[in-house]
Amino acid sequence: MEIGQAKERVAGIDLGTTNSLIAFMAGDEPVIIPGEDGSNLVPSLVAMPPGGAENEPLVGNPARKVLVAHPRRAIYSVKRLMGRGVNDIQEELKLFPFHLAENSQPGQALRIALGEREFTPPEISAFILRQLKRNAERYFREPVTRAVITVPAYFNDAQRQATKDAGRIAGIEVLRLVNEPTAAALAYGLDKKREGIIAVYDFGGGTFDISILKLHEGIFEVIATNGDTHLGGDDIDNLLIATALDDIAGDLKLDVRGNGEAVQTVRQAVIDAKIALSFEDEAVIDIELPGTGGVRYQRALNRTAFEQVIAPVLERTLVSCRQALADAKLTAAQIEEVVLVGGSTRIPRVRALVKELFQREPHTDLNPDEVGALGAAVQANILAGGSEATRDMLLLDVTPLSLGIETAGGVVAKIIQRNSTIPASATEHFTTWVDGQVNVAIHVLQGERELAEDCRSLARFDLKGIPPMTAGMPRIEVRFLIDANGILNVSAREQRSGKEAEIEVKPTYGLSDEQVESMILDSFDNAEEDFRKRQLIEARNEADTIILALAKGRKHAAWAQLSAGEQQQTARLEARVEKVKNGEDYKAIRDAIDELNKGTTRLAELMMNSVTGALAGKTMDAANQDLGAGPTAPHPFAKAEIS
Amino acid sequence: MTTPSQTGLPELDSPVAPTPSPACWSCGAAVVTSAHFCRACGKVQPSGSIDHFTFFGLLRLLQIDLAQLEREFYRLSRKLHPDMSARGNTGEQQWSLDKSSQLNDAYRTLRDPIARTEYLLELEGVKLEEQSQAATQLARQTGNEKKQVVPPDLLEEAFELNMQLEEMRAARKMGETDAGLESDLQAARKQCESKLETLQAELTDLWKQWDIALSAADSAGHDAERLRVRDRMVDLLNRRSYIRNLVRDVQQALSQ
Repeated sequence: MEIGQAKERVAGIDLGTTNSLIAFMAGDEPVIIPGEDGSNLVPSLVAMPPGGAENEPLVGNPARKVLVAHPRRAIYSVKRLMGRGVNDIQEELKLFPFHLAENSQPGQALRIALGEREFTPPEISAFILRQLKRNAERYFREPVTRAVITVPAYFNDAQRQATKDAGRIAGIEVLRLVNEPTAAALAYGLDKKREGIIAVYDFGGGTFDISILKLHEGIFEVIATNGDTHLGGDDIDNLLIATALDDIAGDLKLDVRGNGEAVQTVRQAVIDAKIALSFEDEAVIDIELPGTGGVRYQRALNRTAFEQVIAPVLERTLVSCRQALADAKLTAAQIEEVVLVGGSTRIPRVRALVKELFQREPHTDLNPDEVGALGAAVQANILAGGSEATRDMLLLDVTPLSLGIETAGGVVAKIIQRNSTIPASATEHFTTWVDGQVNVAIHVLQGERELAEDCRSLARFDLKGIPPMTAGMPRIEVRFLIDANGILNVSAREQRSGKEAEIEVKPTYGLSDEQVESMILDSFDNAEEDFRKRQLIEARNEADTIILALAKGRKHAAWAQLSAGEQQQTARLEARVEKVKNGEDYKAIRDAIDELNKGTTRLAELMMNSVTGALAGKTMDAANQDLGAGPTAPHPFAKAEIS
Repeated sequence: MTTPSQTGLPELDSPVAPTPSPACWSCGAAVVTSAHFCRACGKVQPSGSIDHFTFFGLLRLLQIDLAQLEREFYRLSRKLHPDMSARGNTGEQQWSLDKSSQLNDAYRTLRDPIARTEYLLELEGVKLEEQSQAATQLARQTGNEKKQVVPPDLLEEAFELNMQLEEMRAARKMGETDAGLESDLQAARKQCESKLETLQAELTDLWKQWDIALSAADSAGHDAERLRVRDRMVDLLNRRSYIRNLVRDVQQALSQ
């Protein structure tokens, strides 16, 4: 590997159901890179604003307006759809405003309609990833192309593969998928050099995980994990929305279930109420329902009632916790520390239940929204070669689900048990039934149930090119290997001929390699080329800004205070910026801007002094801004304009 | 249960006796067959086909010091985990993936005394009734459940227990409860569990005998002794698995 690559930054990304974040290791500690609005969280919300199918979608906070005004042009919680098929999202479709593409067929990759266009869930996730990537590139002023991405520990193979695909589509090489609770443990254990058995209770926007780890001399060994990839704050919101809509139908005699805009307004109101109830005993919902001619819905919700509504959801998390403890062969009392992760752990009732189960006060000192991304940055640092802070740190994770193959009677024979440390492998032997048979099919599943129909189908492997022999003669050795990402790899060999058997994989869900490749080609911003283009545009904008600021400065009284020499020098530097700014050489523009900035420092200071008193080291642009005169500067966090 | 003195993990990165073999792919120094790393430059070496005991540099002994095994597992993990080769070349990445998956598989097998025994018996060429690959294969091909050979002395007892279980299930289906039957089953379960305890004690003793026999394997007498211990362990494991299934069935019937 080239040295240049090794030195490149590796990002830690939390691709969440509700919010996404990107973090890096800065010296000894991981830090979150904020977005252009200064916020650490990028809402996992993608919208296609009306008027232009060729537009790049809006991501995060800017997409909010579209969600309320044009609900069908926006999508949130797309993580719930990752790695799933048309058949298994029927329940989801009742609760979430997902709009399947019109000609959606079972057995095909899921496609979601968004405005005039259609996207697969990995493509939508890729928009979010690309926004995070852009935020980081704006911050560092250099391409960011490699990352560690967190996934729920209980994600199955298809969901993990879909996340990896999303990374590829976004122009990111995904060096590792790391389980969210484990990432949290890394962030948690980093500064404290912890030892002992800890539990991480991770209750996020759409998923729940519990992981039990043994911490010993920097090794983070996961002993057991359990969870539910469709259990989170979303489910609490949906219960509250349903209650409110029933209320509206009952009390106001108004059925707004089909009114997307009204439902979105109700959704936002109950989410606000839910958040308020973490601090107050009572929250009031008071909203005007759009499209009803000004009807208001008003309701007070107290904490007791709220806790009753959400009790069934919380009980499901406890079931997972008990199973994880049983798998770890531990009692709750043997858990020495409990860490809370995920936004839903802000709910006081959740904290109380966790405390009750483990008989100890859980740790809440790390921001539950950020700890996953911070941990991902730690893992990214380990993969990039480590540093003083991460020296001796090693994560040993497990596979959350048993891997099996279907046998003749539709029964699943388990070949790798759940909670096996990964990488894990199993070798099985297969043979033929008919003389001269040259193919053998293997159906691989994930899950704990006995029958294939109750487990998650991962893929059908077709072993091809077996030399024709008498039935039962070929001895095909198939190696199933779950790698450190929790993703299955299969290889096969016919032992009598020593021939490497050709395997054709038909993934049950998700995308083929060719499909992902074509999406990468289709994608709007193709890694480095686009990065250069964007960087160039940003530099040109900045050049325009500083020239404009200088024009204003010339009219300022401070200009006259400069010596003739200084004025000439400024003009020379300005001319240089003018000369290079429409060229293609980013570095030349950058240098010219920096020179001009330096050369006009005194002018800027003089302008500032005249208003606010001494402030050394000001740039032209800042001076103008402070004077309320300049245009918004394209600073590292400024929104990129892509023409 | 284990005696550290009899295990002794060698402090070597080369788990088997040194035989000359190809040079290290990286630095060219000589490496011993199936060594995980080059002694000269420390780079991971291509993976050969070795058994789990060899992987850990262990003789095929059945008493293992678990604390030491864990330390060795951690030590090797630090060197073999794919994280460590993330910046290595493709070959290194593949070898380290192969090796760390075997490391994990080997650790999982060896740290559990029953899995360890079963694995060792397999290496010794024994096909356990329940665990043998052939039986698994056959079950997979036919879709039938794997057959269990009932140990003859358990035949009568198992027969009666199965009758009671049938009765119990039938009663449950009718929505009836039979207190007498229930307490009979509870008693049967207790009896099975105490059988398992006795069995475990004998098995533990056999592990000791195996290790002694193996350490003195050069004399013909000890070879015969080794076979005797081996066959007795096979018998005990079969009985164990049979009784455990009975206990499981009783528990299921009682909890329904």
